[in-house]
Amino acid sequence: MSIMELNGGSVIAMVGKDCVAIASDLRLGNQSLGISSNFEKIFAMTDRVYVGLPGLATDVLTLREQFRYRLNMYTIKEEREIEPETFVHLVSSALYERRFGPYFIEPVVAGMQKQPNGSFKPFIAATDLIGCINFAKDFVVAGTASTKLFGVAEGLWEPDLEPEDLFETIAQTMLNSVDRDAFSGWGAVVHVITKDKVIKRTLKGRMD
Amino acid sequence: MDISFALTGKGYVLIAADTTAARSIVKMKSDEDKIKVLSPHLLMAFSGEPGDTVQFAEYVERNMRLYHIRHNHELRPPAAASWIRRSLADSIRSRKPYAVNLLLGGYEPRERTPHLYWIDYLGTLATVPFGAHGYGAYFALSLLDRYHDPEATLEEGLATLRRCIDEVSKRLVVSPGKYKVKIVDADGVREVEL
Repeated sequence: MSIMELNGGSVIAMVGKDCVAIASDLRLGNQSLGISSNFEKIFAMTDRVYVGLPGLATDVLTLREQFRYRLNMYTIKEEREIEPETFVHLVSSALYERRFGPYFIEPVVAGMQKQPNGSFKPFIAATDLIGCINFAKDFVVAGTASTKLFGVAEGLWEPDLEPEDLFETIAQTMLNSVDRDAFSGWGAVVHVITKDKVIKRTLKGRMD
Repeated sequence: MDISFALTGKGYVLIAADTTAARSIVKMKSDEDKIKVLSPHLLMAFSGEPGDTVQFAEYVERNMRLYHIRHNHELRPPAAASWIRRSLADSIRSRKPYAVNLLLGGYEPRERTPHLYWIDYLGTLATVPFGAHGYGAYFALSLLDRYHDPEATLEEGLATLRRCIDEVSKRLVVSPGKYKVKIVDADGVREVEL
């Protein structure tokens, strides 16, 4: 019985052309017993920074509350909204503070990073449960279906996908990966983030 | 092993819990009330480690009462759920954690909506249309998947609840004999006979 697999759940983020997407499943379980099919793991940190928190469900909620607090403190002190790259470092340091008694969460961050010239660049990153950051150019995965997500994403993803094509790619990757994982699934949710709007879509999935 | 069920219906939440207090293989008591009334529109079924359960339930009960007295207003169900979850989440990373699982049912008179929360000893909180703890969960959840209706009247809700209890009585080796059922709706909290 691994504590990372107790509640189940998976998250994936992908880069597209002037957009990013982040998706998760909706299952909350107790080992093999399903408890809820509307347990969201992706949270908006600002209008264009989203974080996905797969792992132990109690820590999903605790970390969401803690990030909200730390983010509010940052926003008040800096008098501006946080950028995704800065936010990943905030996540990393929050997790490393608990180096020898960690939160059992592997966060995934997706957002649009503001460039010095005023334009926006897609940004994704993931960390492990003690805050080691993985910056990726294509996609990042985490959760109980991460191995399957890697495989499917490797086959489906291609560079410079438009928002609608990116949505299709990430949605199919998610749905097909979680069907091979007993601890993830029960529906999914996808957020496609562009510089001026975010589209959230809830997907139906297999309920077995 | 404690068993508790809860389900929502049209304007109410029903919570049922068995009434046995056991130690090892011996039934010590068969009329134990495992559902606390936290405030005029809030119910909480508790199960888990004997000792921890009552201690934690009373701690929550007194804090809900304190809030009511201080603010002249009861804590709303989502706020109460968050506070209770946080108590358990802090407790699990302490030297002596409470091993208590909860079903929290509430009714919000102003918005006229029933609320049900499934909470475990780790501090996991899930908003659910129906939920169960203990061995009963393995039998009742599939029945509730089939028969639960969020728009059901009280009679229909009680019939569904009876199905769950009957199934547990039929299939579980060590099934408890008696259950206590409480309801929370616009009129507040009261006990109902099955």
